[in-house]
Amino acid sequence: MLATLEGAVIASVLVLTAMGLSIVFGVMRVVNVAHGEFYMLGAVLAWYVSSVLGVNAVVGFVAALVLAPLLVGLIAAAADRLILKHLKYDPDRTIVATIGLLYIIQQTTLMTFGPDARPVAPPFNQRLALPWFEWGENGLEMFWPWGLSITSYKLFVIAAAAVVLLSLWVLITRTKLGLIMRATQQDSETALAFGIPVGRVYSVVFGLGAGLAALGAVLVVPIQQAHYLMGADPLLLSFIVVIIGGLGSLPGTVVAALLIGMSDGIISVFFSPTLAKIIATFLVAMVLVWRPQGLFGRAVT
Amino acid sequence: MTVARKSGLLHLSVLVALIGLFFMLPPYHSGNLARIMVLAIYAMGFNILFGYTGLLSLGHAMFFAAGMYGFGLAINLGGFPLLPAFLIGMLSAAGLAAITGFLALRTTGVAFMIVTLMFAQTAYLVILYFGAYTRGDEGFVIQTAKRSVMGIDLTTDSARYATALILFGLCFVALARLVQSPFGRTLVAIRENEERARMLGYDTGAHKLKAMILSGLISGVAGAAYAMLFGYVGATFATVQYSIFPLLWVLLGGAGTTIGPLLGVFFMFYLIDFSSSLTTAYMLIAGIVLVVLTMFAPQGLMGEMRKRVFTWLP
Amino acid sequence: MNILETHNLTKTYGGVHANSDIDFALPQGKITALIGPNGAGKSTFVGMLSGRIPATNGQVVFDGRDISALPAHQRIQLGIAYTFQITSIFPRLTVLENVAIAARRRFASNPVQLKTRIATALGKVGLLERAEEIAGDQSYGHQRLLEIAMGLVQDPRVFILDEPTQGLAEAEISAFITLIKSLAGETTILLIEHNMNVVMGAADWITVLDQGRILASGTPEDISANTAVQAAYLGKTDA
Repeated sequence: MLATLEGAVIASVLVLTAMGLSIVFGVMRVVNVAHGEFYMLGAVLAWYVSSVLGVNAVVGFVAALVLAPLLVGLIAAAADRLILKHLKYDPDRTIVATIGLLYIIQQTTLMTFGPDARPVAPPFNQRLALPWFEWGENGLEMFWPWGLSITSYKLFVIAAAAVVLLSLWVLITRTKLGLIMRATQQDSETALAFGIPVGRVYSVVFGLGAGLAALGAVLVVPIQQAHYLMGADPLLLSFIVVIIGGLGSLPGTVVAALLIGMSDGIISVFFSPTLAKIIATFLVAMVLVWRPQGLFGRAVT
Repeated sequence: MTVARKSGLLHLSVLVALIGLFFMLPPYHSGNLARIMVLAIYAMGFNILFGYTGLLSLGHAMFFAAGMYGFGLAINLGGFPLLPAFLIGMLSAAGLAAITGFLALRTTGVAFMIVTLMFAQTAYLVILYFGAYTRGDEGFVIQTAKRSVMGIDLTTDSARYATALILFGLCFVALARLVQSPFGRTLVAIRENEERARMLGYDTGAHKLKAMILSGLISGVAGAAYAMLFGYVGATFATVQYSIFPLLWVLLGGAGTTIGPLLGVFFMFYLIDFSSSLTTAYMLIAGIVLVVLTMFAPQGLMGEMRKRVFTWLP
Repeated sequence: MNILETHNLTKTYGGVHANSDIDFALPQGKITALIGPNGAGKSTFVGMLSGRIPATNGQVVFDGRDISALPAHQRIQLGIAYTFQITSIFPRLTVLENVAIAARRRFASNPVQLKTRIATALGKVGLLERAEEIAGDQSYGHQRLLEIAMGLVQDPRVFILDEPTQGLAEAEISAFITLIKSLAGETTILLIEHNMNVVMGAADWITVLDQGRILASGTPEDISANTAVQAAYLGKTDA
């Protein structure tokens, strides 16, 4: 039960990060290897913003929640304009270029902010005890066992992720920007012919994708500290999610993120984390080998 | 002069220059050059698959590490003598490449890159998991006493340089001949247009698998040689970073050229050597080089040379 | 004597029949033309012959042997050469190397023979003086001729050409007719063609495909006299 709730927290952050990767792949057909670094950048900027604003944890956190994803999104959009556009979004070359981008972002962060892990204070953090149900002598009984608890902040993370997901869904299905994005995803050449500024759409999408990763990271820093090497795990997990969910399929991404997030929590309770990672990584590779369209994706003909 | 003569002469002069450099350079640089030659073997192994067959693997570190650990564990835990241990290293890499190739070659393009990346990540985690034997991130040292063959101590500067040069020379000449052979030309045909090659009656699947095994084998030679000559085996060499390095070297030097890998390693090594004296964030240079290369010189140094000066270059 | 036959060869794409139950025979040593309106299923049919497209049902028999289960490259190794409808060459390699790749599979063991064969093939299509140029830099017509040379050099028993004269100039077309006529006898040729001048000028035998089925087969005289063919095909496209 505790493992499930902890898993839900992991899944919430993961779903945002993976969604960013999925949108970028879905619309632009670009595999963004630097995605984990945008996540890391979001976390480090969250620490920077909240520590500059200083005194009040709530003010600092809210400011970080707004500013960090925005800044990261702008940086990503600039990278799209400066680099990816010039590669004409060629799949192989963009992968190599985003690997380069990964090192540039990671090492620039190291040079600017140093190698230390940085904590961010959560805006609120009460411990909540959780009830436990069990069949006893008098039928179903309710316990309040010691140790079975979660903090209010972690519940907030789950709620926040749900809100962001809903807004994203509204953005994509109900707004003009969403319509333009979907049109570009269907057929970028036709979209261009209909006067859609595909270049600008790509920049917005790339920025949005990175911003989502940063948002996930801001939510996570009160639980985990910000560090310049923290981008690797989210990148790997996001890849896993996007692959299992089906490349570019948004509902698949959500389902897969929940699945992986929850199972990551559960598996790591029973096995050593390394073994859990070995199993997860290997299984995902095998999924790609046998079903390249993902578990939930449809076959491309 | 025929093309074959010209290219033979070119490769010979590279080897002669490498011999000459040992006598001219101070020990610090000849030590570097030994390391560069070993890493260039790795880059050449990667180049078979990426440069000649057109398959971009992002998981070659697992083959380098297989060679390294195959060799290191065979000596330290298995108690094997040097040469059999070296052979075990090579075979581990080739075997791993065969399995990986059999599975990963079912995919193409982006999926192939991610599958190889994930297999390599699995291999890295396996090394960490068996930390009791591999000593994980910390790695282990192969004692100087065990690093000698037929009474020759491989840890001296000159023996190390000579061994690196011999191994490099063998791979260099063998690969230069291979890419001129019908097999090598068929790999190029697959790189250029796989469907056409298949419809000319070539079993492209089998060719790609052979290229993968050969590429893994050569990468394993490099890994085993690194452990043998520098006496250290560590999980760092199995990280994603060491899968990215050969890509960087080959792109810099020129994919699909025989001399490109050596040139790429050489430039990158001294670039990082130079920049790490200025900053700890030396990987920044690697990142910038990658981005700039993909944007402005996708053919690499030798590739641009081939386009402009030596059109006959193999 | 038929070198290649199909029995009930069928291809369906998601319920749509591209080819239904085609019983086809290719007489040895002759030039057979496969014609039919756009979308009749000609390319699907030859794709199934060469193994590029897996058949949903039916058999392909080559020289008395059922090759239905063989992958494409093995069928080609048996002596079936294939040129693509959309030009498919190695654009960044030289013209010579393009033909050499095609030739090496069979003749690599004898370098002298290899060299003469390549030169002969290039000579036949008139590309000998362009041998050292980059294939991708050639004009469209020259690339088509290069692809024909890549087929010729394999010395195939059956040579399948998918719209070989598309995009060729008039003079090149008449040279092409002379060329394939000179091959007939030793090589069996299956020609998919839209240009009726080429079909009538070169073919010994014509099979007409319409809506995934064989509409008629016969000599050029029979086919031009066939009213069903005129209705389905000649009337529509050559109007």
